[in-house]
Amino acid sequence: MAPNQMKVTCPACSLLCDDIVVKLDEHQQSMKVIANGCAKSIQFFEQTVTDSKPTINGNPVDLNTAINKAAEILKLANQPLIAGLGTEVQGMRAIMHLADKTGATLDHMHSDATMRNTLVLQNSGWQTTTLTEVKNRVDLLLVIGTDIVSSLPQFFERIIWNESTLFEQDTSTREVIYLGGGKGLDTSAGNSPNGTQPSVINCENAQLPEVIATLNALINGKNLTTDKIAGINLVDLQSIADRLKCAKYSVITWASSAFKFGHSELLVQAITECVRTLNTGSFKFSTRSAGLPLTSGDGDSSVSNVATWMSGYPLRSSFKRGYPEYNPYEFTTEKLLSNNEADLLIWISSFKPVAPSPNSLANHKLPVIVIGHPNMQFEQQPDVFIPVRILGLQEKGLMFRMDSSVTLPLTQIMNSNLPSLSDVCTQIELALNNHESGK
Amino acid sequence: MKAANSMSLIKLANGKIYDPAHQVDGIVKDIFIRDGRIVNRPHNDEPITQTYDLTGKVVMAGAIDMHTHIGGGKVNIARMMLPEDHRGNEQAHTDVCGSGCGHAAPSTLTTGYRYAEMGYTAGFEPAILPINARQSHLEMGDTPIIDKGGYAMLGSDDFLLRMLTAKQDQNAINDYVAWTLHATQAIGIKVVNPGGISAFKFNQRKLDLDEHHAYYDVTPRDILKTLSRAVHELGVPHPLHVHANNLGVPGNFETTLSTMGASEGFPLHLTHIQFHSYGNEGDRKFSSAAAQISEALNNNKNISADVGQILFGQTVTASGDSMMQHLNANHANPKKSVIMDIECDAGCGVVPFKYRDQNYVNALQWAIGLEIFLLSNDPWRIFLTTDHPNGAPFTSYPHLIKLLMDKSFRDETFAKLNLDAQAMSTLSSIDREYSLYEIAIMTRAGAAKLVGLRDRGHLGADAAADITVYTDNADREKMFAKPDFVFKDGELVVKDGAVIKVTWGATHTVKPEFDRGIEKDLLQYFDKYHTIQLDNFKIGNDEIENNGRGKIIVQPCEGRREKSV
Ligand SMILES: [Zn+2]
Repeated sequence: MAPNQMKVTCPACSLLCDDIVVKLDEHQQSMKVIANGCAKSIQFFEQTVTDSKPTINGNPVDLNTAINKAAEILKLANQPLIAGLGTEVQGMRAIMHLADKTGATLDHMHSDATMRNTLVLQNSGWQTTTLTEVKNRVDLLLVIGTDIVSSLPQFFERIIWNESTLFEQDTSTREVIYLGGGKGLDTSAGNSPNGTQPSVINCENAQLPEVIATLNALINGKNLTTDKIAGINLVDLQSIADRLKCAKYSVITWASSAFKFGHSELLVQAITECVRTLNTGSFKFSTRSAGLPLTSGDGDSSVSNVATWMSGYPLRSSFKRGYPEYNPYEFTTEKLLSNNEADLLIWISSFKPVAPSPNSLANHKLPVIVIGHPNMQFEQQPDVFIPVRILGLQEKGLMFRMDSSVTLPLTQIMNSNLPSLSDVCTQIELALNNHESGK
Repeated sequence: MKAANSMSLIKLANGKIYDPAHQVDGIVKDIFIRDGRIVNRPHNDEPITQTYDLTGKVVMAGAIDMHTHIGGGKVNIARMMLPEDHRGNEQAHTDVCGSGCGHAAPSTLTTGYRYAEMGYTAGFEPAILPINARQSHLEMGDTPIIDKGGYAMLGSDDFLLRMLTAKQDQNAINDYVAWTLHATQAIGIKVVNPGGISAFKFNQRKLDLDEHHAYYDVTPRDILKTLSRAVHELGVPHPLHVHANNLGVPGNFETTLSTMGASEGFPLHLTHIQFHSYGNEGDRKFSSAAAQISEALNNNKNISADVGQILFGQTVTASGDSMMQHLNANHANPKKSVIMDIECDAGCGVVPFKYRDQNYVNALQWAIGLEIFLLSNDPWRIFLTTDHPNGAPFTSYPHLIKLLMDKSFRDETFAKLNLDAQAMSTLSSIDREYSLYEIAIMTRAGAAKLVGLRDRGHLGADAAADITVYTDNADREKMFAKPDFVFKDGELVVKDGAVIKVTWGATHTVKPEFDRGIEKDLLQYFDKYHTIQLDNFKIGNDEIENNGRGKIIVQPCEGRREKSV
């Protein structure tokens, strides 16, 4: 590495590439991505960070005052909700501690998408794989309802069109099929280096449940009488089924965030059922297949894993009774706010300046504490805002990759005068203890 | 020289001591603790800070679970996929303890508290996937009170299979094994279904000991031979920890017997051997081969085993053996399973399971486990496990101890089982009852020796003061469920079976010497084929030390062999 250069992990998407080469300018103030980056990582590492101070009702205060105010508000709350939760392992550990102590309910900004997968895990389970397996093994990639690259820009170049594999595969012969995704699908990344175009069989995602049900039936060898499903020719689906059965190691991937309709966990389940059938179907032992759920990022995998080992439950969970409870249908930010079941919102977003949605706050007067990215802007000033170091840029951390099998260190590349999220949580807890002991 | 008055001196007076490492079998004597360690009787003029009168009490070292799935990806998947396991098993937070929940797959906090409350002061995660080691250590780091450590899984990782295919010499393999121990902060090496997890990714659905892998030019026997030798030559105290091929398959005892010979004399530890002791006789083609297995165990002094006893009720099986778990998924209860291929390194399978006493197979599995315990005559080479949570949750250990120590209780329980299973078992003809001394060997002295913990599992001078005090009770289940006192590194952490103080325990590792030249190959390999940087694969000491809450203890590797030419 040249001077001022280092290789770091990028938390900007859930691929979590850990070979991004960045270079600090001589004043250690700004940064350039030198190698291996993408649009998202450049945006993350080269962002201009505002010089931000804690505020109470929009007025700048010192950190102690903000911490004490936050503790005072928290002390008065009966049903605090800690949401957003854009953080990594260490931050989440501190939050879990605080939540247990204060009887808080926990929800992540991407829980809607995460829950679609978690519910399937809890209902039927699934058979999945991880990125290095895909990179070295996949011969047929079926992409359902997404183009992948809009959220994971380097997926194809790193995982599908890699130059070499462990098992002498010519990766340019890998087959890529897009199924569904609707308008605006960018399938260009699916073009093989040898010029082969991917198969694109499009429909609206809301139509995927019937399309995948049909695909399942075809994999099972059923004869169907219709010749079109959701505008898709049955022969095209039959061709997908046949190719899946002939593959050595097919990978079926989906992004549950793209399934924005009621009970779409059933669609996730149907997709995983295809994988299960391929591995155990009547043509048993002829093929291997595996699922690959794509996650949304902002620490969703990290938060879910930490919550699970520390409390027993993934999100959406609550400590309001003094012990952990899990309710994926009730402990949602939207419901708790609209039913006035929360009397305090603590919003956390330390990767991106994502403020709590003004809509969710419009109708109630509940106090709001925001802890997060220094560049955060508000339509409505929170009671307390505490800017914290940006994880992976100004603060080190540990982060789970989308496939949960790999946890990688985030590096502190630049200095910051701000506290870390963990420090803030710990200090709020200390301030709460002082309140309790009457100091 | 340290000033004596700056330290606290605790006296445990008049307890009945069971310390098999020093051949102490129920002798009444005093134990002294200074600065977290057991010390010889001090000079009479040193003031005693605190005395516990243990007259009539039973005193043992803290118990050590040498095989328990407490941390890492598959355990967390088990927690995540089983909210029904947690409901009704919640633990509200107290002034001392954080909240948590779980029965078969408890949260980390609950796991640590429950172990300590049963007098356990250490637990070893037996299946750390090297690529997933960071998560394992994070979870164990959030497991309070007990010490921990783990065995890194090799044997289905592409790098090793490639080395074996290329017939690389043993020295190179040894370097890779040592490098893995360092990188993953492990204390031992485990192999799970040798070669089988990899073979499953190539669509092989079973792999016998001498069957060839579809892609690499290796057999499971090659893997066992090379890895057991590597572990031995590196001086790693814990023998190669083996989860053999053909887990759960009727008739698999033949594979198990052959596996014992596969190391060609190098030490092997066969884990959850109950699941590998099945015959295929009788109308149902499922029978006990406990007699054959125990006999072989008795005769082969280089072999040790833990039982992996099953106990009836709901649990979840979490294993690295994706190949066999994929088959077992058909028996899932409730009906769900997670099977994963992981990073060209390993795999996992999580399948919930309910063992029923009126089910022929389950009842016989129960009997087979106990037969093995009772027919194995060397308690230094057989260990008390349920393969938590695969055979049963670790919280059932006191019940298991009662089954071993109390023949009439065992016979009563046996008489209630599926009748066909009773007819196929010799259990009621075995009169043996384990003694307290033998229990102390299996769960303390023997376990510490097997794992390679120099300063644990015994009560001699300079041992860590991990000490459990019980009230002697003819009902051994009651006795072992609720110790009077548990000391962890000299601190009283449990009183009357309840946690009164939370400490964080240490992580035990080994760091054998090796030739770092191996990293050159690994660096190239990672850059070309993996999806993470080699540097990020390695777990730094600071990660485990976690700002002072955790601590690494490096246990010695003795008897290391020089490189062979
Ligand atoms: Zn096990």
